[in-house]
Amino acid sequence: MNHPADAGEGLRAERVRREAGGRLILDGVAITPPPGATVGLLGPNGSGKSTLLRILAGLLAPDAGVVTLDGNALAGLGRRTVARRIAVVDQHAVTQVDLSVLDVVRLGRIPHRRAWSAPGRTDEDAVAEALRRTGLTGHAGQSWHTLSGGERQRVQIARALAQQPRELLLDEPTNHLDIQHQLDLLALIADLPVTSVVALHDLNLAAMFCDRITVMKAGRVVAGGTPVEVITEELIADVYGVGAVVTPDGPDGRPSVRFLPRR
Amino acid sequence: MSTGNRTAARPEPGARERGTAPPVFGPGPSRHGARLAVPLWTGGILLLLASVAVAVTIGPARISVPDVRSVVAAHLGFGDSGLSPIRDGIIWNLRMPRTLLAAVCGAGLAVCGTVMQSLLRNPLADPFVLGVSSGASTGAVVVVVLGVGGGAVSLSAGAFVGALLSFALVLLLSHTLGGSTDRVVLSGVAAMQLFSALTSFVVMTSADAEQTRGVLFWLLGSLSGVGWSEVVLCSAVLAVCLVICLAHARTLDAFAFGQDAAAALGVNVARTRIVLLCATALLTAALVSAAGAIGFVGLVLPHAARALTGSGHRRLLPVTALAGAVFLVWVDTLARTVLDPQEIPVGVVTAMIGVPAFVLVLYRTRSTS
Repeated sequence: MNHPADAGEGLRAERVRREAGGRLILDGVAITPPPGATVGLLGPNGSGKSTLLRILAGLLAPDAGVVTLDGNALAGLGRRTVARRIAVVDQHAVTQVDLSVLDVVRLGRIPHRRAWSAPGRTDEDAVAEALRRTGLTGHAGQSWHTLSGGERQRVQIARALAQQPRELLLDEPTNHLDIQHQLDLLALIADLPVTSVVALHDLNLAAMFCDRITVMKAGRVVAGGTPVEVITEELIADVYGVGAVVTPDGPDGRPSVRFLPRR
Repeated sequence: MSTGNRTAARPEPGARERGTAPPVFGPGPSRHGARLAVPLWTGGILLLLASVAVAVTIGPARISVPDVRSVVAAHLGFGDSGLSPIRDGIIWNLRMPRTLLAAVCGAGLAVCGTVMQSLLRNPLADPFVLGVSSGASTGAVVVVVLGVGGGAVSLSAGAFVGALLSFALVLLLSHTLGGSTDRVVLSGVAAMQLFSALTSFVVMTSADAEQTRGVLFWLLGSLSGVGWSEVVLCSAVLAVCLVICLAHARTLDAFAFGQDAAAALGVNVARTRIVLLCATALLTAALVSAAGAIGFVGLVLPHAARALTGSGHRRLLPVTALAGAVFLVWVDTLARTVLDPQEIPVGVVTAMIGVPAFVLVLYRTRSTS
């Protein structure tokens, strides 16, 4: 209603406020990921990144403010409708169930299937495509429990892709991975034809792979823009309280961060 | 298991039609496609029918399978069985309801166990994890020993009320404590301890030796002396709950990675949980009030069935139900014949067979967890 012209596309959060246990977790947060872009969500521990992602996914309701999907309030859409549009990847997926890679990726079809129905051709096609895109086709029969941390995250991304989302929300997906797998995973995410919002800790990785960066501090958005605009020595000092030298030495002149020892 | 198609990136077009087999990618729970499911179900149903027919013939009175068939036919209105009224009575009024109730209890307990394990993400969950069986015991003991209801209330009715009270207490407690799945399990354990203590207290202080023996037999689970009314009631509840659980099969799959992951896959977690908890509690309460707390079926059978079909609930639930039914038919047959004329509580036999089976299942799956 407020934005008849520009509210049409994608996911948008406005004035989002959330309290937990008497503490303000999010305070008037607004974020509008441009459709198709990879948006990095940066900020220290406890700055509200995970809470914001959960609210964007509709898993948590904001105390105030609104999240809209193509102009419709997320809260008014059914859970299944949301799950067909927005997929979520957590930092650490745990299961006790004995599942194969294929089983896990097929979970992504649940929001598209009806009760009683067997998976149909479109389901199997979506699963095959998700496996192909994540390079897991040859691993479909492998047991989840024999996979490495990097492979598990890749499988979770394949599962998310099987949902055929237009928005993908990832909460520190590279947290438990070695550097090679971090790079591979982020390259994969940046290459996906979806709007992705990725919570990250590593400023250099964010600068390398994200189109846009949103920085949070104590429940507020304190900066937003391209990596060059956002990742500066002043911002790092302000948000993280550490000294750093930022040079344009990254790929395509993107910022490269070198931290200074604390005095 | 089949590794032949492991590298097949894309399965044959013919194998991909709706409702037919998903691509076989090699080892893993998906190895048993729908291709295998149809023979599995038909085989399971035939096995169950054969088990019931044969189990009815076993016992002190010599009876043959054709006898069973003609008696069943006669009572369904197809001609005359030609058997003496006594033999007819043994088949139709004693062994038939008992064997059928064994099948219903086995199926129901196994299905409840499967649903609980998936929903609560706890491989140790069973139908009794919500304290339903101990609540039922207390209800039964209060009726039998203390004489509450003055004889107008049956043991079954007392057990049923006790079971539902216990379940309500668990729900209330877990909700107060935060409502997460581990709180549900802990509340169930707490309720179980409380009601077991109450049962012991009543038995110790008020029961005579005869009552104690009766209560103990019932606590361990027993199918002796059941009639058609129990069979009809439990079958009806089982049918309703089975339909509810099967309708949630897809949803139960979504819980593999936890409640949040399920919610992100479009599942209404709170509603699903309350519907399934209520359905399984109701079914368990009905079964326990008819046959006592038959342990281990609900714990072991789901694990065994999973080893057979994989973890997809659309296949797992029917197979678990059939496996549980066949299992308990035979275990009950053992329980009533092995020490003939004395009868062993069926729960004792399920535990004696179930524990080694449980260890075997855990041993076979040890590498994966």
